[in-house]
Amino acid sequence: MIYLDNAATTKMKDSVIEAMLPYFSETFGNASSTYTSAGQAARKALTEARGKVASAIGAEEKEIFFTSGGSEADNWAIKGVALKNKDKGNHIITTTVEHHAVLHTCEFLEKQGFKVTYVPVDEFGMVNPKDIENAITDETILVSVMFANNEIGTINPIKEIGAICREKGVCFHTDAVQAAGAVPIDVKEMNIDLLSLSAHKFHGPKGVGALYIRRGVKLENLLHGGAQELGRRATTENVAGIVGMAQALAEAVDGMAEKTKKLVKLRDRIIDGILETVPYTRLNGHRTERLPNNTSFCFRYIEGESLLLSLDMMGYVVSSGSACTSGSLDPSHVLLGIGLPHEIAHGSLRASLSEFTTEEEIDSFINAVGPIVQRLRDMSPLYEGVEGKE
Amino acid sequence: MYSEKVMDHFSNPRNVGEIADANAVGTVGNAKCGDIMKIYMKIENDIITDVKFKTFGCGAAVATSSMATELVKGKTVDEALQLTNKAVVEALEGLPPAKLHCSVLAEEAIKAAIQDYYDKSGIEKKIECSGDCAHCHAHHE
Ligand SMILES: Cc1ncc(COP(=O)(O)O)c(C=O)c1O
Repeated sequence: MIYLDNAATTKMKDSVIEAMLPYFSETFGNASSTYTSAGQAARKALTEARGKVASAIGAEEKEIFFTSGGSEADNWAIKGVALKNKDKGNHIITTTVEHHAVLHTCEFLEKQGFKVTYVPVDEFGMVNPKDIENAITDETILVSVMFANNEIGTINPIKEIGAICREKGVCFHTDAVQAAGAVPIDVKEMNIDLLSLSAHKFHGPKGVGALYIRRGVKLENLLHGGAQELGRRATTENVAGIVGMAQALAEAVDGMAEKTKKLVKLRDRIIDGILETVPYTRLNGHRTERLPNNTSFCFRYIEGESLLLSLDMMGYVVSSGSACTSGSLDPSHVLLGIGLPHEIAHGSLRASLSEFTTEEEIDSFINAVGPIVQRLRDMSPLYEGVEGKE
Repeated sequence: MYSEKVMDHFSNPRNVGEIADANAVGTVGNAKCGDIMKIYMKIENDIITDVKFKTFGCGAAVATSSMATELVKGKTVDEALQLTNKAVVEALEGLPPAKLHCSVLAEEAIKAAIQDYYDKSGIEKKIECSGDCAHCHAHHE
């Protein structure tokens, strides 16, 4: 199997699994039972993990709050700020191409009476900071703009948006689930108030993530109960998962520049290889301002799910934003958000790499795509009469 | 998520292609919704002697087109009109619920081709479609 779906999830590293193992067996104590040595060992592990995650993004240890994943972090940030500030204003700004964890949360809040502005993006999927600035009103209590897009990999000018929000005194959240461990993040320098993380995107375990909450930022709790996570999120800590997350993130940011160089080379090899060998194909997202591991294409005249299935049968694991794979009648909101017509958006394919991806795998993939696309085109009524007309 | 039969018909679709001298051609679906089926038939003495298809769509769309053409090949026009989407689904050993509309599309594509045959050969008959246009988005040609 050649796994090119690392934007969906990644394989855990052996070193991460190893770091976690003791917390399933010897060190199984409850981190809140601080009077017992078993509890203390777990607590110490939590503190260390918090410190590691904090330093990976330029935060302080006490600003990291572990969650059950990226979705919870997004929900907490947005609902938490909205509920806390509903006396100050009822307006939230986000973009049309966010992950559903953000979009569906905003839609939920709209039903509760909040107003949400969905700022559009350009043809590359990038947000213009000016558009954010222009959307801010006296009622605005939160701006949420993703750091990097999960489908098309485009990286947003987060620092500029952060500066605008800071100047206007509006809380700024960014979903950095795809960006963390892949591109440098410094929450202080970038003026970020809230930032979502998810461990399984950087070779950590599934079901664990974190929300960075800048010191002084006020938001309501989502989970009420015990006093875990400094009293801000109840439930007995997932010590093993948290330790695994911290280990994985520390490893991801260690030597990032080197790894990025290698990944960008592989990424561009796919992009160039596919665009050169497969006609009637477009690259989705920005050519350079994109995640080092993301490639996304639309192949005209064919539908993404049949492409995905064909590749899967040959052992290549990728993903698509076609309607058939999104489980709705419409193709991905991200592809529509960058202005693609439905019929082109249906033919999308995302191949996302990891540091485990090799050049041989890339070349094998590139060689496989062309013939499969051609087979499907030969079957497609839309392709009739197209051939040779370019 | 697909049955083995669906995967078989998706990876080795039967009857793909066009028929140069077809006397019945039907197209249903639209590109916006992500599936189009085009059926070509050669009908001689009321018998479907040849049938081919071209499909733009997901795995289920390809597999249902393939199966539907298999089921009507060699049949009389009236027999082909009896084909239901349920029969296509059963022959494929099931489809995921979200993909049932593909089988409706296949049934409608067969009917659209036969309607074309009626129209071209001066037979004054109108085939009732299932009426479920939200499913098949047929443009009755
Ligand atoms: C941008 C983005 N945000 C949020 C999530 C959700 O993360 P999780 O699966 O940890 O809930 C994902 C992953 O699917 C993502 O890519």
